[in-house]
Amino acid sequence: MIRDITIGQYYPANSILHRLDPRVKIACTLFYLVSLFLFKSVLGYAVALAFLAGIIKLSKVPLKFIVKGLKPIIMLLMITVVFNLFLTAGGTVLFQIWKLKVTTEGLRTAVFMAVRLIFLIMGSSLMTFTTTPNALTDGIERLLSPLKLLKVPVHEIAMMMSIALRFIPILLEETDKIMKAQIARGADLESGNIIQKAKSMIPILVPLFVSAFRRATDLAMAMEARCYRGGEGRTKMKPLVYRPRDYAAYAVTVAYVAAAVVVGRFVPFVIWIF
Amino acid sequence: MSIKLEHVNYIYSPETAYEKQALNDISLEIPQGQFVGVIGHTGSGKSTLIQHLNGLIKATSGTIYYQGRNIYEAGYPLKDLRSQVGLVFQYPEHQLFEVSVLKDVCFGPANQGLADAECVERAKEALELVGFPKKYYDQSPFDLSGGQKRRAAIAGVLAMRPRVLILDEPTAGLDPRGRDDILDQIARLHEQGEMTVILVSHSMEDIAKYVERIIVMNKGSVMYDAVPKEVFSHYRELEGVGLAAPQVTYIMHALRERGMGVDISATTVKEAADSIAAELRRAGKETAERV
Repeated sequence: MIRDITIGQYYPANSILHRLDPRVKIACTLFYLVSLFLFKSVLGYAVALAFLAGIIKLSKVPLKFIVKGLKPIIMLLMITVVFNLFLTAGGTVLFQIWKLKVTTEGLRTAVFMAVRLIFLIMGSSLMTFTTTPNALTDGIERLLSPLKLLKVPVHEIAMMMSIALRFIPILLEETDKIMKAQIARGADLESGNIIQKAKSMIPILVPLFVSAFRRATDLAMAMEARCYRGGEGRTKMKPLVYRPRDYAAYAVTVAYVAAAVVVGRFVPFVIWIF
Repeated sequence: MSIKLEHVNYIYSPETAYEKQALNDISLEIPQGQFVGVIGHTGSGKSTLIQHLNGLIKATSGTIYYQGRNIYEAGYPLKDLRSQVGLVFQYPEHQLFEVSVLKDVCFGPANQGLADAECVERAKEALELVGFPKKYYDQSPFDLSGGQKRRAAIAGVLAMRPRVLILDEPTAGLDPRGRDDILDQIARLHEQGEMTVILVSHSMEDIAKYVERIIVMNKGSVMYDAVPKEVFSHYRELEGVGLAAPQVTYIMHALRERGMGVDISATTVKEAADSIAAELRRAGKETAERV
């Protein structure tokens, strides 16, 4: 049941995208996300789609797996579309239901918003699919390291992030185990009204908290036993080093952003209202 | 009155990169009242197998019958199945949550819909069965020692009065004394109540001492399914899959190689001792006659 959530998961495969430096992937994902908001015409979206399709192909992550990651945002997507569709003013009225008008401008924004959101989620989940949580926090730590000058505890933040990420699957597994153990003792987790349901979570939450704290203490002790004392003077076993392919990835992304902006903003091209 | 599995397959996370066939065409029958041991290397599918028996995991394909009825058929009362087939997970103390031991043990019977008085009665009976000291009944389960926590958690399942008791490594992490205590009590329960007991364990000594049938799992399949003597006679093959025979088996084989006429099929310390004593007596008599 809990295992089915794919968003934010790592998908092991051997692709060029998996081998890229995490810093490149984080920065390029940011460029890509910003680029989605820089163009106005359908041509821009076409360029973005081509780029996204190419990256997905390169990543060797099955499309089905990526699409599955969209499931949790379906509700959000629908709400966005409905609000944009009915509440955007301007343009000519296409049709009217009672007091709700659907205008060309509304339809346009709704469709673009939906496509944008889907591209956004697919692009950013592609980053987590191809980067292990450890590499990701490594990348974040390096990217944020200039902030150290402002006395921001960058290493500590990164360490906490990687511990938190590491604990997600452990706690999920633990939850699964505790749920099964309580179901085996006849616990009923599904039926009843909202108050009964909340009450039925107690036999799961109490052991879960107890075990989370136990694990936290154990981990802290293990870290101290290995003389961990924060980031000061700490070196890396595998320091991040840019390779030619990383520069190439930057170049490709910058080229894409430039192309998308030029084509999407300055090339006059309109199909019907889009 | 039995549990029967027919061609059960189970695949974890199908159609993803993490896909794994955990069970591979398992067919077996466990009659009521048997004491069965399940052994296997880590990841051999033991835990997955036992979670099928009370319907916690649904097989990818295949059928399971409890008392002749298919547990996957529409409308099968899975809740009843779970109160008849009690499952004690590994480290069961991690499931304790109530404010007192007695209340925690009452959780199972209360879920069966019994009245409070009946729940308390059953809880006390179960706690007594596992040898849990009376003075701790009203203590918080989190303040107990490891061994006592384990007993309380096992009592939590026993209080439902299951007809089949499945234990996944009930003695992992306990000291030898606590281990023997708990296993002896379970063996007594089996003798007195005609309860089916399915014991998953890594200790070949424990398995040899208590069970009447061993199911050896390897890579999701049943490798051997026979009485202990026969299973442990394949000790070389068992070693090949990361298992072993009880230590006495090795001693008996070594003695036989040195020319002593001992019974190499002995699997428990007691059997081995008897066989060695008999052999020594016979050899002694022979020497005496010769002199």
